[in-house]
Amino acid sequence: MAATERKLPAPAISPETEPYWQAASEGKLLVKRCQNCGETHHYPRSICPHCGSDRTEWTTASGVGTVYSYSVMRRAPVPYAVAYVTLAEGTTMFTNLVDCDLDRLSIGMKVRVVFKPTEGGPPLPCFTPA
Amino acid sequence: MSIKGKAYIAGIYEHPTRLARDLSLSQIHAEVAAGTLADAGLTIKDVDGYFCAGDAPGLGPMSMVDYLGLKVRHVDSTDVGGSSYVLHVGHAAEAIAAGKCRVALITLAGRPRAEGMATGTVPRSRGGTPTPDEPFEFPYGPTVVNMYAMCAMRHMHEFGTTSEQLAWIKVAASHHAQHNPHALLRDVVTVEDVVNSPVIADPLRRLDCCVITDGGGAIVVVAPEIAAKLKRPKVRLIGAGEAIKGQMGGKVDLTYSGARYSGPAAFAEAGVTPADIKYVSIYDSFTITVLMQLEDLGFAEKGKGGRLVADGNLISGVGKLPFNTDGGGLCSNHPGNRGGLTKVLEAVRQLRGEAHPAVQVKNCDLALAHGTGGSLGLRHGSATVILERE
Repeated sequence: MAATERKLPAPAISPETEPYWQAASEGKLLVKRCQNCGETHHYPRSICPHCGSDRTEWTTASGVGTVYSYSVMRRAPVPYAVAYVTLAEGTTMFTNLVDCDLDRLSIGMKVRVVFKPTEGGPPLPCFTPA
Repeated sequence: MSIKGKAYIAGIYEHPTRLARDLSLSQIHAEVAAGTLADAGLTIKDVDGYFCAGDAPGLGPMSMVDYLGLKVRHVDSTDVGGSSYVLHVGHAAEAIAAGKCRVALITLAGRPRAEGMATGTVPRSRGGTPTPDEPFEFPYGPTVVNMYAMCAMRHMHEFGTTSEQLAWIKVAASHHAQHNPHALLRDVVTVEDVVNSPVIADPLRRLDCCVITDGGGAIVVVAPEIAAKLKRPKVRLIGAGEAIKGQMGGKVDLTYSGARYSGPAAFAEAGVTPADIKYVSIYDSFTITVLMQLEDLGFAEKGKGGRLVADGNLISGVGKLPFNTDGGGLCSNHPGNRGGLTKVLEAVRQLRGEAHPAVQVKNCDLALAHGTGGSLGLRHGSATVILERE
């Protein structure tokens, strides 16, 4: 019997990143933007990794982006695609490509965010062809 | 202050085992320590500096120093994954140049094969307090293979690199491994064998991946006045560089590695250029690792590594840039999933003229060894050393 559904482990939540996961539970993708240098970053930090300022703020991302790179893990109980997606807001995040034909993925593909349940934690932002 | 000429590699040893069911992890550390000291003509009593990384059991160097019976005045357990031991050579030279020790012992051991570890294909959490990146990565299923695969995918997209060009790297390693009696895989393979092997994570195939082996190795780095009294051929460290590269806060660029920084630093210190190098040991966790590092170290323009490695150009006696003449991690050995130390060992064999005669590079007086540790597609350490025969 083939496994059909891949189980996603729950992310560990810290005080620094709790708003990100709370927003994910509400179907929103947040990115951090620095009020000092204007740059977005991911994964989210309290201190900007680009300029060192503590004036970072949460902003709601549009949820659309393009595939920077990807790979389909064939040697797994259920094959799956890891990817880096560059968001419209400029920062690139590690993620999964889901609800798609794993043989028809490409770099540059337009994608939009979808949220997938985890085992006992908040949902994970993943991406699907737009 | 420079480390150029301040330290020599006086002893090397590679454990012959590739499957260590009957050896403990610490026992392998002890056996390689004894082996490298015997090679140098030194004893355990001469050691006054000890270097180890995350493969050593216990907290940093404490258990190992006590277990081995060392009396040291300098320790360093910097862990940058498989590149640690290349970095340790540079750090040992720094410590020697600063007068903190005169005989530095570096050991590596591991037994992932005996333990049945699925090294490359299963996502792993480190446990304990998560690293800041882990919640944003581990749930998505990053493995060793698929993260290197994403680098290969992007390299192919930007530069037109092909699976056949990557395959040539494995083919060259296999040509060398046939002469190494200890190599895990000694059969010569062809480009067709590689590109027809099963896909593990697109676009990397089974034969693009290194072996999983048990074993270990050790290095002794000594001060010039110690080297002068020893009988082995003299191999001098003339340049070292190190770097960490990650996701740069979301400005991800998978087309280059930290070798872009560690390589030029090592070349500048050594006062030589890539064109001067007669032999290279290049970390070969995967074929793509080799290609990207060769570009970043300056052996090819960025994006043209595919042409550099194709058509046997890395095969000793055939091509212009002989690499990993022991068969490397792709065919011979990747002890404890950490391949940096064995890179230094084969570079020293080449400089001593002690490589297998079938792969020995003629007049090999200048060599480079480079390691990448961690994950090329997430975050990794890079370390480069340049070594000269005196």
